[in-house]
Amino acid sequence: MTDTQQTPAGDPDDAVIRVRDLVNAFGANVVHNGLDLDVRRGEILGVVGGSGSGKSVLLRSIVGLQKIRSGVIELFGEPLGEMLDDSDNLCDLRLGVMFQDGALFSSLTVTENIQLAIKEHYKVGDALLQDLADMKMLLAELPLKAANQYPSELSGGMRKRAGLARALALDPEILFLDEPTAGLDPISAAAIDRLLQTLRDALGLTVFLVTHDLDTLHAICDRVAVLGEGRLITIGTLDEVANFDHPWIKAYFSGPRGRRGQVDRGDTSDTGL
Amino acid sequence: MSKPALHFSAHEPSAVAEISGDWVLRHVEQLESLSQDAGRSARQPGTLDLHALQRLDTTGALLLLQLLGMPRPEALPQKLNRVSEAHRMILTALAAAICDGDRSRKPADRWLQDLLQRIGMWVVDAAQQLKLLTHFIGVVITTTIRNLLQPWRLRWTSLVFHMEHVGLDAVPIVALLSFLVGSTVAFLGASVLRDFGATIYTPDMVSYAFLREFGTLLPAILLAGRSGSAFTAQIGSMKSNEEIDALKTLGMDPVCVLVMPRVVALLFTLPLLSFIGMLSGLLGGMLVSALVLDISPAAYASRIYNFTDIQHFWVGISKAPVFAFLIGVVGCLEGFKVSGSAESVGQHTTSSVVQSIFLVLTTDAMFAVLFEQLGL
Repeated sequence: MTDTQQTPAGDPDDAVIRVRDLVNAFGANVVHNGLDLDVRRGEILGVVGGSGSGKSVLLRSIVGLQKIRSGVIELFGEPLGEMLDDSDNLCDLRLGVMFQDGALFSSLTVTENIQLAIKEHYKVGDALLQDLADMKMLLAELPLKAANQYPSELSGGMRKRAGLARALALDPEILFLDEPTAGLDPISAAAIDRLLQTLRDALGLTVFLVTHDLDTLHAICDRVAVLGEGRLITIGTLDEVANFDHPWIKAYFSGPRGRRGQVDRGDTSDTGL
Repeated sequence: MSKPALHFSAHEPSAVAEISGDWVLRHVEQLESLSQDAGRSARQPGTLDLHALQRLDTTGALLLLQLLGMPRPEALPQKLNRVSEAHRMILTALAAAICDGDRSRKPADRWLQDLLQRIGMWVVDAAQQLKLLTHFIGVVITTTIRNLLQPWRLRWTSLVFHMEHVGLDAVPIVALLSFLVGSTVAFLGASVLRDFGATIYTPDMVSYAFLREFGTLLPAILLAGRSGSAFTAQIGSMKSNEEIDALKTLGMDPVCVLVMPRVVALLFTLPLLSFIGMLSGLLGGMLVSALVLDISPAAYASRIYNFTDIQHFWVGISKAPVFAFLIGVVGCLEGFKVSGSAESVGQHTTSSVVQSIFLVLTTDAMFAVLFEQLGL
């Protein structure tokens, strides 16, 4: 990809995720055809694209849930394929994933959901385990009242936060989020955005964010990657991407919802939209 | 990766703890023992010297804050010496999250209170379930009668679909199972009758057992496991997906749309399956009689034809609609009880099968007494 633009967000030379020439296909349906992408350490990267453009498939490929047809995915400079061969390595991958509706284990309480992986991989005393779970919940701004509740008893926003708390359980360095604000009211969505930014700033996380939410892109993303036609159409800051000449991008940013996003941001600069 | 460590520097006036190494989740076992040792020595450090600290994640940061006795974020800066910017950010953010978060909890239950509460809830729940079941039976009966009086209101497509799945698809397994049980009854019965030289009565025994009991009971138990559970799972997943609510908002009665076709399909097909079950059972007995007892199929058939009253058949087949109704109603009702999670679908499916088999067997026992008293 030649149009990767250099921006101040994150260190361009320090890519924690490096995807080269990725090909993914389901039968005859080619989802990715030679996709290249770099995610820099410490940035919040928003990944957008039309339905079926393979955003979620890309996320699943990077975290190793999707067997790729060909190409190279490197995490922290090491090829993913070799790391996945040894299951001991999996918790060393330092990845946290928050699935779209939380994917919380429905038979476990919120606390147990968070503790599950810690208990599985490390020997930790009960008191510390409880403190750790409380701490993750408070980091995700989840009231401790919810600690002993089951996922089905939580509201949509609380489930997302619980999913986030569980994603943070093993102290990941890269956080993957699949539509973290989908299905939330604008106030809750803004609260999640702010929370993600706080967590990134405090914990130095790298965040890979699949979203449709223009407000999220405006509010927290350092860079935006646009997927389409099986490859990366463009990547850069929001302004750079919004000015890129491509029919889908034009439609996405200049549609009625796109304009509203610009107004909300109080953006006075003329972006030519 | 370097090991984490904690040293109290004795020469300082107020206790300063020197922190070094990686304080990360990977070393959580060492970290836990370090903090326990510090706790046991009852020396709470006033300040932490963090210049030798290398990597820090939220686990390590939590333990450091605990060492300091959970200070408020404003009080944190004077407790940290020679701290890097990144480490200060994590510690401050964590202190803020922990101090400002909503930490109120529900009070923990005591075990006796908990036990009494659970017994009480169990009793109330059992009473409510019974009430719900009778209520639902009433609703289904009135809707069935209304639908049978106005047959054009019945959903025929759906009915035929369910009759195929409940009835036609179950024919092979019902026939096979009844055939096997029929031959077993003949075989075991004959070994007892042989002692009395009365093997000629084997056909009577098989026909009596199958026409009155097994012919109906076996298909009923099979359908409870096969179709009752399917009804619960189908309706249950619709319930958890809010499809039932969607039906109601569209002005459709879920009982009419979902329950009627299923219950009526069972009402039609279980008697037919019972008939098939009876025939297969008799065939099984016939095979064993011919192979083991030297009773030719013709003799077997004429023995049944001449010595078995038709009333046995009517007694057996008359129970089928009752069993069908119970299986259908319990299967659908358990589906409607599903709430929220996928786990709930599983629980109610299990409960549906257990309940309907229980109800079928108890009703069958009551029928046995009833027909005995009636002299049938």
